[in-house]
Amino acid sequence: MSLETGNPANVPPLEIHDLTVAYRNKPVLWGIDLVAPAGKLIGIVGPNGAGKSTLIKACMGLLPCSSGWVTAFGRPVTQSLKRVGYVPQRESVDWDFPVSVMDVVLMGRYGRIGLFKRPSPEDRRIARDCLEQVQMLPFADRQISNLSGGQQQRVFLARALAQESDLYFMDEPFTGVDAATESAIISLLQGLRSRGKTILVVHHDLPTARTYFDWLLLLNMRVVAFGPTEEVFTPELLQKTYGGRLTILSEVAEAVRGQGSLT
Amino acid sequence: MSAAPLGDSTQPFGRRTGSGQRLMGMGLRWAVLFTSAFTAQAAKIGDLTQTRWTEQAWRFVTLSDPVVRYACLGTLLLGISCGLLGSFLVVRRMALLGDALSHAVLPGVALGFLWNLEKDPLAIFIGALLAGLAGSATVSILTRTTRLKEDTALGMVLASFFGLGLCLMSMFQRLPTGNKSGIETFLFGQAAALGPGDIQVMGAVTLVVVGLLGLGYKEFLLVSFDPGFARVLALPTVWFERLLVMLLAFAVVSALQAVGVVLVSAMLIIPAATASLLTDRFHRMLVWSSCLGMISGLSGAFLSFLGTRLPTGPFMVLSASLLFALALLFSPRQGIVPRWYRQRSQRVRIERENTLKAIYQVLESDGFASETITVAALTARRRLALAAVEAEIRSLVAVEFATASGDRVALTPSGWQRACAIVRNHRLWELYLTHAAQIAPDHVHDDAEKIEHVLGEAMVRELERRLPRIDTDPHGRPIPSLPASMAGAHLGAGGAGDRPVGYGGRS
Repeated sequence: MSLETGNPANVPPLEIHDLTVAYRNKPVLWGIDLVAPAGKLIGIVGPNGAGKSTLIKACMGLLPCSSGWVTAFGRPVTQSLKRVGYVPQRESVDWDFPVSVMDVVLMGRYGRIGLFKRPSPEDRRIARDCLEQVQMLPFADRQISNLSGGQQQRVFLARALAQESDLYFMDEPFTGVDAATESAIISLLQGLRSRGKTILVVHHDLPTARTYFDWLLLLNMRVVAFGPTEEVFTPELLQKTYGGRLTILSEVAEAVRGQGSLT
Repeated sequence: MSAAPLGDSTQPFGRRTGSGQRLMGMGLRWAVLFTSAFTAQAAKIGDLTQTRWTEQAWRFVTLSDPVVRYACLGTLLLGISCGLLGSFLVVRRMALLGDALSHAVLPGVALGFLWNLEKDPLAIFIGALLAGLAGSATVSILTRTTRLKEDTALGMVLASFFGLGLCLMSMFQRLPTGNKSGIETFLFGQAAALGPGDIQVMGAVTLVVVGLLGLGYKEFLLVSFDPGFARVLALPTVWFERLLVMLLAFAVVSALQAVGVVLVSAMLIIPAATASLLTDRFHRMLVWSSCLGMISGLSGAFLSFLGTRLPTGPFMVLSASLLFALALLFSPRQGIVPRWYRQRSQRVRIERENTLKAIYQVLESDGFASETITVAALTARRRLALAAVEAEIRSLVAVEFATASGDRVALTPSGWQRACAIVRNHRLWELYLTHAAQIAPDHVHDDAEKIEHVLGEAMVRELERRLPRIDTDPHGRPIPSLPASMAGAHLGAGGAGDRPVGYGGRS
């Protein structure tokens, strides 16, 4: 597909072509190909070590790709980061850091504020608005270490909302979250989806994945299946994703790593 | 004074002046430091008692001496820049980087001297900066290309660069020519040796540090808190990281002469650690940290000035540590003393509330027929020794919750109100546990004993809202309603006795 920006309506929000990612020379994702449709809530599921987080990190350019390319809205993803929102795993930051909830949410605005400029009252209004959406406004002035796991997750979500992006990557936003928060988050995501945003969510719980997501990406080091949930949520495909390790693939990966360390 | 142990510790090493290399070969780094820094001054340190320290103090406070002015200015400047950058190190858990960087600059200092065998601030600054950056580059190359973890790489770089620096310096000290005075001040710091050239360098560094951190505050904050997210925002994360290390090297190098290589990392870490006890917002931490840095720097300069050629660094670090200890003890939120005081006053409150509750229960047991109770009845109810109950009654009287005459005790209106509230909390909570959590009625009392003291106004309203009826507790006893109305009803039943105001005094 062409890298030039065409008619926005026809350009997919995310296109991945022949993406291979390796950690320390050991491939963890092989030849990923997919074109994500616009305005869908897409779940990424697969067993542990399937490369779910690796995939979204590689999509945003946080990890180097061994081969292949990723485009967002028809342009290389590093050039369209302004339209990309991100909810990292909760454990990725130090929650004892001396900042308030409001400070963290304002960070979502930094990409739009520009280098060396201060957040404007408008940015603060938007940040408050996003906190309101995740029902965390009363906590705006709290230091982040005083929050529960679910509250921390909602702060990260508010920060991503403050980015006002069109394409979202979320890394396990439901871990450590109670049932009530989980359903509040999912309805929030559905609200985003209905406003035409595309959201990719790494998820580890199969039963809820079926009800939460419009589309599913079944991933186990390579794409097992990608399509509307009702089409891909079948016993055969799930068996293919979860059942039985792909012994040959992991053995070859080990071999490649051995070779890499020789060179 | 503190100088006495210093003087003592130099004595054993003083005899080994000529064997510096052998000592170094044995890895006795501290021995070498003390040898080179103090041998010449060992006798003078012992003379401290003979120097007129009041005169010296007066010289310092009046700022009449240019040496003092330079020393003050220099320590203030280094307090600011070290305090600011130290805050970043502390929140990023990179304290060891400051230590490694400060030790890694030593070969650069030595080479800076070699440049023209003079103490040229600019040559030393550039040499030290280059050595520091070479050190941090070595760390990042080691961690990227090998499986070594960062702390190992930092430790290795720290030791090897420092060793190289010591070798170079001991070699220069044997050179026949050149002015070598002052090279040893770089080990332990000598604020009094600061000259106008040093102040210019330090001023420029502080200006650059404050300016860049002020300009890029939000970027540095984000890169420190969540570098992955910073990269998704298309922030040049790597450049901000490098800039931060660069500024750190600037601050370390400019502080070298006043604090010394060995202790400069303490001036990065301790004020920032103290600041983190005092606040939980990063911008305030920066302000606190640089203020504490300035105070420690100035008092270190002052103390070292009292004696003759005392090193400044150790006194600065001692002042900084003292401030840390004070914060640890007295910081309003996390300090040990305020926390102990809070716990203690909470314990006193709980005991007081338990006594109020017991008085209520005694009154209740005879159907509120009397308005006073006997101390004996209260003692039986509280299951405590008579002396303890009497002490509690005195404490209630002191806060005007009760009045005592002879062996009888009565509640004042405010005491009555408080007693009703606590009994109500207790019984509401029991009711809630049996009703909402389906816990058996005989299991709820112990829990309510604790909860009754912590239920706030809002929580009580919430309980009232959630419970279908709130007149009787699970054990069949009535739950007192809002104190005012209850008190009013009660006042009608009994008559006012010897109390100045009736139970219903508050309407």
